[in-house]
Order: sequence, then structure tokens, then C-alpha cells
Amino acid sequence: MAEGLRRRRLAEALAALSLSGPAVFLMILFLIGPLVVVALLSLTDYQLGAASLRYVGLGNYVEMFADRVFQRSIQNTLVYVAVVVPASVGLGLGAALLIEAGASLRAFYRAVYFLPVMATLIAMAIVWEFMLHPTLGLINLTLREFGIEGYNWLQDRRTALFTLCAIGIWQSVGFNMVLFMAGLTAIPGDLYEAAAVDGARTSIDRFRTVTWPMLGPVTLFVVVITAIRSFQIFDTVQILTKGGPNRATEVLLYTMYSEGFSFFRTGYAAAVTVVFLVFVLALSLAKTWAINRRVHYA
Amino acid sequence: MGETGLGMMAAARDPHGRGSVVISGLTKSFGQTAVLRGVDLEIPDGAFLTVLGPSGCGKSTLMRIVAGLEQQDGGTVAIGGGGVDGLRPDQRDIAMVFQSYALYPHLTVFDNIALPLRMRRLNFARRLPLVGRFLPGVSATEREIAAAVRRVADLLQIQPLLARKPGQLSGGQKQRVAVGRAMVREPRVFLMDEPLSNLDAELRVHMRAEIAQLHRELRTTFIYVTHDQAEAMTMSDQVVVMMEGRLLQVAPPSVIYEDPEDIRVARFVGSPRINILPGRVTGRGGIDVLGVEVPFASNLAAGSAVQVGIRPAATGASRQAGESGLAGTLAYRENLGSDLFLHVAVPGVDQAVVIREEPTEIGRFPIGGTVTVRLADARIIVFDPAGRRIRPFVAAAGARRHG
Repeated sequence: MAEGLRRRRLAEALAALSLSGPAVFLMILFLIGPLVVVALLSLTDYQLGAASLRYVGLGNYVEMFADRVFQRSIQNTLVYVAVVVPASVGLGLGAALLIEAGASLRAFYRAVYFLPVMATLIAMAIVWEFMLHPTLGLINLTLREFGIEGYNWLQDRRTALFTLCAIGIWQSVGFNMVLFMAGLTAIPGDLYEAAAVDGARTSIDRFRTVTWPMLGPVTLFVVVITAIRSFQIFDTVQILTKGGPNRATEVLLYTMYSEGFSFFRTGYAAAVTVVFLVFVLALSLAKTWAINRRVHYA
Repeated sequence: MGETGLGMMAAARDPHGRGSVVISGLTKSFGQTAVLRGVDLEIPDGAFLTVLGPSGCGKSTLMRIVAGLEQQDGGTVAIGGGGVDGLRPDQRDIAMVFQSYALYPHLTVFDNIALPLRMRRLNFARRLPLVGRFLPGVSATEREIAAAVRRVADLLQIQPLLARKPGQLSGGQKQRVAVGRAMVREPRVFLMDEPLSNLDAELRVHMRAEIAQLHRELRTTFIYVTHDQAEAMTMSDQVVVMMEGRLLQVAPPSVIYEDPEDIRVARFVGSPRINILPGRVTGRGGIDVLGVEVPFASNLAAGSAVQVGIRPAATGASRQAGESGLAGTLAYRENLGSDLFLHVAVPGVDQAVVIREEPTEIGRFPIGGTVTVRLADARIIVFDPAGRRIRPFVAAAGARRHG
């Protein structure tokens, strides 16, 4: 009796292992394995193509945090995130509310706002480069019509990073808008009617009583996704400014890229990557924590 | 109930009182579909009126127009003697309980119930989070609101739930919170849109009693929409049967059941359904139902076709052989413990004729056996071919109410 039971348990365990085995194996191979390799590489002086490597402990990290370029890079990335996240979330929400408010041309507006999301950012960056050209660009020509002297947007230390922020916002508003629209359609109409009976007179009352709280889970998701995507800013920097002028647009992934693939300091680039991963991981953990705590009401 | 606030609800009934509702000539279409086709209804202050009808009959639309959530195409609504047609829902001084309860999921039970008061008594700045509570007068108002919420919570026995969020409540508890949110502001009229249909059967019966009890305590006008005849029959003073956008009959529950004006009312109310048999007026003061003559005095010409309704409980199986009646075969029987319903297949009638018998008699009725449905002494309700009620012509008044 007991023997039979034990054998059945063993068979179940074997079946479980054989069923989950392939997925676990692939996860280790493609997700966890590379992370471990990067973390280990960040403790060495490995150079791309070199025949040997040496363990340097936390040497790369010590060098990195002392490096002015890296400090600048972290600072720029944080500024970029701090500008792009609130602006693109706010504008995305605003666009979603406006489009959902009226039935006319809804599909048209949706498509127009979503266009930047679908377009390749590299190609769009080139268009932006034309538009931002100091003498021939559409933006400065327009400003001149109003008697305003524009900047050399991408080559001026004061404006370069914020110009990239504007392009980043332009690109992610549509995506956030679509997520918010999905969230808005999921709000039960009964709640608005209950609010109307309960005395929510103005649209601001309705927004505060129903829309905003009910969008909580979507907002959290949008903020985290936008933050992670903003931390990943790279293509516009690579195409438009190459980190310049004078490191004004040096950002985390660009630093990693130039250290790893221009100077071939793979070990150091791995250390930068680890810092980047820490930011992304922190965001994901914050999201999980918030989901468990507050934003879901069930 | 408190000596302060809720006492106002206990005003005496008055046909023109603050909670009276007068609906006249109401029409509403959605696109090509006419949902309300001219509805007239007067509801006295303090009444409990149930609008009963199948889904799609327009009853919810009627309620939503009274609430101000929907605009009518034509006609007027007056509450407490004053027209409310141009007013927003919050200006009509009504409260509504929704089928889905529509509680705010992010707020606690306390805040859900307090919200209508906060919306009214605190202006926008005073409702701001964090800063609002420091503005002058806010803490005093909040104390009043808290007292009102606790009074309601006491009445509904939901004090232990005040700190919870709706997601942590059972269906019956949510239902009570929804009623509490409606009550707290002491509205002139309560509107309830199928408030019990999301509850399980046992709880529904319990809440039926509670809502009826609540109405007796508050004595505010209740307008209650449902498709469930048991709710309509058990809770209300007046039932309105509504079909295809028209009111068919407005009457107390017992009259709706016993004395329907229209064949559709007769069919909709009563379970199992009323039997409808074809009949023909004879020249001898009776109706010929499938060859059996039933006494019924009418001024209709001999030979006119009529429809004869017989409720299952208004007849039975004949005891003696040779008694006149409709002979048929017992196709199916339902023993509910308190009632035994026999489904008798009668030649010439499409649907089985259902009759009630005593469950103790079940041994007399084997399936497949012959059953004779008694007609001669049955209480019958007669309708013309279009479904309008035909009342006995010269018979004594007592016969009308199948006395």
C-alpha cells in the first residue's frame, strides 16, 4: 500500500519535471544565463576579442562611479525619464479622454496619435533631424515667422537633451493613449451614473470620483512601461547627437554602447549594463509592490 | 432611526407630497426602436410601486428617465409636484440602487456611503485630498457626515463593514451598502433597478423582506423595477405590468393576479402560467370550451370566439367518473412538496394544460394515465381574441371576483 503510494508520487514528480524541464531549460539558457554572464563579466577586464581575461573584483564599478562621463550619463538618463514619463503619461491620458469623449473622427484621431508608435524611430529621427535643422528646419522657419530666433536644437548644450525628451514624448504618447483608451472602455457605465446621482456635477468631479481611481491599475502599468522604455533611450541619441554636444545627451545605454562597441571594454560595459538592469528591476519590483498594495481593489 | 436627519422620511403619505411622482405621456425611442410608447403613471408619496415586465419592455428606461440619466423624447416627469425634466440627476433629489450596485471599488464602505453627502455639503476645494480638510468648516461638516453614515450603517447593520472595501464584501453586503449610499441623503424617491437579481435565491428572499421592512420604516416613495414576479407580488403596494413600452395594468398585487386586464398580464403573472383555452360563446349564457360548457354570462353574440384563462390553482382533476371536463393524458407531473402540478395533454390544445392537485394525491395520477380537467366549477378569466378582458355581463358582482 505504502509502496504503491510512494511509487505513484515518484511518477508524478518525474512527470512534473519532464513537463516543466524544457521551459526551465530555455529560461536558464536565454534569460537567466546571459544575466549571470553579464554580471560575471562586469567583475573582469575582458575586452571584446581578447584571448584572456582577469578578475578585477569591483574595479569596474569603482572606476565607473568615479567617472565624470558615467555620472553625467546617469544624471541625463534620470532627467530624461523624469521629463518623458509624466509628460507622455499625462498627454496620453488627455488624448484618450478627449478622443473617448466625442464619437466623431475617433478612428482618425486614434490612428494619427498611434502613428509615431508604429513608425520606426530611426527613420523618424532622420525626419526630426530635418525639422530641427537650425536654418532650413521647419521648426526654426516657423518660429522665425513669429519673430522668434530658434536654437540650434540638437547642437546646443542647453536644448539638446530636452529636444530628445520632446521626441521621446512624441513617440510614446500614442502608445500610452491606446492603453488608457482600453482602460477607459473597461470602466462600467453604472459608476458614472451612480456618480451623477450622487452629485458629481462637473467633468472634474466625474474624473476624480470615477475615472482616475478606476484607471489606477492602467496608470501604474503605463508609468512603469514608459519609465522602462525611457531608461532604454538610445536610438535618437545614436542618430541625432552621439551623446554630444559635450556629453549633454550622454545616456546610460549610449555609454554602454560606446564603451562596449567603440572602445571594446566589454567588462566595463557589462558593469554599466548591471546598473541599468538594477534600475529596471527596481521599477518592476515597485510595480509588483504597488499592485499588491493599493491599486487593485478586488 | 435617528431623531434628527432620518426623521424627515417618516412624513405621512400624501398624494401631492414631496415624494410623489407624476409621469405623463412619456415617449422614448432608441433609433428606430420605440421603447416607451406613451406612459402615464401617478405614484403617491410614500408608495412602494413595482414596475414588472419582461426584459426589453422599457421598464429600466422608464426608471432611468425618472432618474434623469436618460432624456425622454416626449412627455413630462414631475416629482413632488414640480417638473424635473430639465434637471440633472443630482438636482432631482432622488437616489438609485443599481443592479450591479455600482459601488466605488477604491473607497471603503464608509466613504462610499459618505460620498453623496460630501459631494453636496463640501465644495470642490474642500474635497481636495490632503489640503481640503484644513479649510474652515470642513471638520465640523465631516463630523456631521460621519454621524449620518453611522446612523445608516446602524439601520442596515453594516457597522462592522465600514472600513472594508467593496471587493471584500459578499453580494448581500454590497447590496446593503448600495442601499445605504442611497439612503444617507434622505432622497424624495428611491429608484431600484433590479437590485436583487445578482443575489442567490435564498438571499434574494431574505433581502425582499428587508427592503419591504425598510420601506415601512422610511415611508419614502420606492420605485422598484424587476422582471421577477415574486418580488413584485411580495413587496409592493402597487404593481405596474409593462410590456412593449406600454403600461398594461396598474393595481395592487392581488388584483394583478386575480383580475388581470389583459391576457399578457395574466400570462406574465402567476407560476405555473395560466392555461389559455379556445372558447366560443353559446346562446345559453355560457362558453363552449372544447366541447364542455362553462357558465359565463356575456352580451357577446353567440358564436363569438373568446380565450378562456384558467389558473392551475383554479381547477383540478375530476374525482368521479362521468364528470364533465377535458379528458387528456398525464404527460408530466411536478411535485413541489406543497403543490403537485399535473401537465395534461389535451387533444385540441397545443400546450399541456397544467392543474394543481394535493401532493398527497400523487398516487392517483400515474404518468400516462387519463386525467379529466374539471371545468364546470373552475374560476375562469375570459379574454377577447385580441387579449382584452371580458367581464361577465349580467352576473352578480360576486361572480366577477370569482368569489
